[in-house]
Amino acid sequence: MKLKLHVWRQNGPKDQGIMETYEVPNVSPDQSFLEMLDDVNLALAKDGRDVIAFDHDCREGICGMCSQVINGVPHGGQERTTVCQLHMREFKDGDEIFVEPWKARAFPVIKDLVVDRGALEKIMQAGGYTSCHTGGVADGNALPIGKEIADYSMDAAECIGCGACVASCPNSSAMLYTSAKVAQLAVLPQGQVEAHRRVMAMTETAKEQGFGNCTNHYECQAACPKGINVKFIAKLNREYMKALFK
Amino acid sequence: MQLTQSSVGRKIIMAVTGFVLVAFVCVHLLGNSSVFIGANAINAYAQKLHSLGPFVWVFRLVMLAAFAIHIIFGIQLTLENRAATPDRNVQIKRLKTGFGAETMIVSGLVMLAFVIYHLLHFTVRVTNPEIYVPLGDHGMVDVYVMIVNGFHSALPVIVYLVGMSFLFLHVSHGFQSLFQTIGLSNDKSLPVMETISKLVGVVLLVGYISIPLLVVFGLIKI
Ligand code: HEM
Ligand code: SF4
Ligand code: FES
Repeated sequence: MKLKLHVWRQNGPKDQGIMETYEVPNVSPDQSFLEMLDDVNLALAKDGRDVIAFDHDCREGICGMCSQVINGVPHGGQERTTVCQLHMREFKDGDEIFVEPWKARAFPVIKDLVVDRGALEKIMQAGGYTSCHTGGVADGNALPIGKEIADYSMDAAECIGCGACVASCPNSSAMLYTSAKVAQLAVLPQGQVEAHRRVMAMTETAKEQGFGNCTNHYECQAACPKGINVKFIAKLNREYMKALFK
Repeated sequence: MQLTQSSVGRKIIMAVTGFVLVAFVCVHLLGNSSVFIGANAINAYAQKLHSLGPFVWVFRLVMLAAFAIHIIFGIQLTLENRAATPDRNVQIKRLKTGFGAETMIVSGLVMLAFVIYHLLHFTVRVTNPEIYVPLGDHGMVDVYVMIVNGFHSALPVIVYLVGMSFLFLHVSHGFQSLFQTIGLSNDKSLPVMETISKLVGVVLLVGYISIPLLVVFGLIKI
């Protein structure tokens, strides 16, 4: 099939940036979205033109690198699907597709579709760890955790840190990401040691990094490729109140 | 001060003051609905409120404080949220949020203007001094007559219709939002709360605008 791509081109964080249009012939429905972009880049390189910069690593939906807003939705709007797992069969011949980077003050554009998502790492560094001594590797069942709690924690731990929640949020809030990181530890015994400090430090760092405040639009959950639920934000709010009134 | 400066802390303050405001508008509607029963009912209700003396002032101060705090943090958080997204994508498709949620600051500021007008209209008696007639000789006014006279011109009726429409927008997002903010929501309750929130908005809208509309259509008359 044939497609018309409108791609955001921007030379660094200070550059204005502009949408550029590319006609793409011979797109196979079996290609992934990134493979289609690879073909576009091959053609651009052949003509001696500047290739489109985009992030990717695993291409199997687990690393969270492929940050692209497609037709106005981060990751393209297919339920629980990252850009790398989005296939061209979702589009039809003659479609116009808009491809843009995440837009948030906390995510400066490095080039084209590549943004610096380091601000999420800063939140993680502020409290996304436990510092209890575990000694050697513990026996599998030495510390029994109930199935419901284990499931809850694992559901939160599904977050791959892609930043789609921020990109989808009208306030550029990182609350869904932060809440997943807080909640995955809050229900486990290992997470208790610095529970109070963690929620304070992580939300404070999110603010310092320039992310907005959550006003419960719930866009994040709809855009999240891992289906992280906004119930974790309610959990974060409870953890915050516990820390406040400790 | 964690509570008054942090992201989550200020949201919790918004939620608590928002709850106080929602509780007020519900109780206020309940009290006002005595106008449907008749002149004696609403005048008795007004007299009852006046007889509370200093408590009326304590209550007014609490409401004023909640309102002011809610507005100040509402503006502050909104400005920060705008600053967090200096430029937007060319294409934006929202999947979940709605008009009410995206216009909280607008509906809030319209309500602020409405409340000022409302107080000038019925409490401080500045905009329409001609609508007041005394009731008895204790300096009371006839509240029933005041309401009927108050909606005899087009301007106040329009202002109330517009004001209450924005109350509907604000509460239909805000009510469920406050439960999420204070951590009382989960994945099962959230959809239910979203429906209840819209219902609360509709009840407030219908309840409040029915008073000017019934006056306009002559069903509430002197
Ligand atoms: C009768 C008057 C009002 C009522 C009943 C009311 C109610 C509420 C409620 C329940 C919330 C949700 C709090 C939360 O999610 O944590 C809220 C949020 C908010 N209100 Fe109000 N409010 C009123 C007046 C105002 C005014 C005058 C403003 C003007 C600035 C305002 C601006 C906001 C903003 C910006 C939010 C945050 C948006 C959000 O959380 O989605 N409100 N309000
Ligand atoms: S919560 Fe979802 S959208 Fe946000 S960073 Fe994690 S995986 Fe990505
Ligand atoms: S490239 Fe790793 S998640 Fe898409």
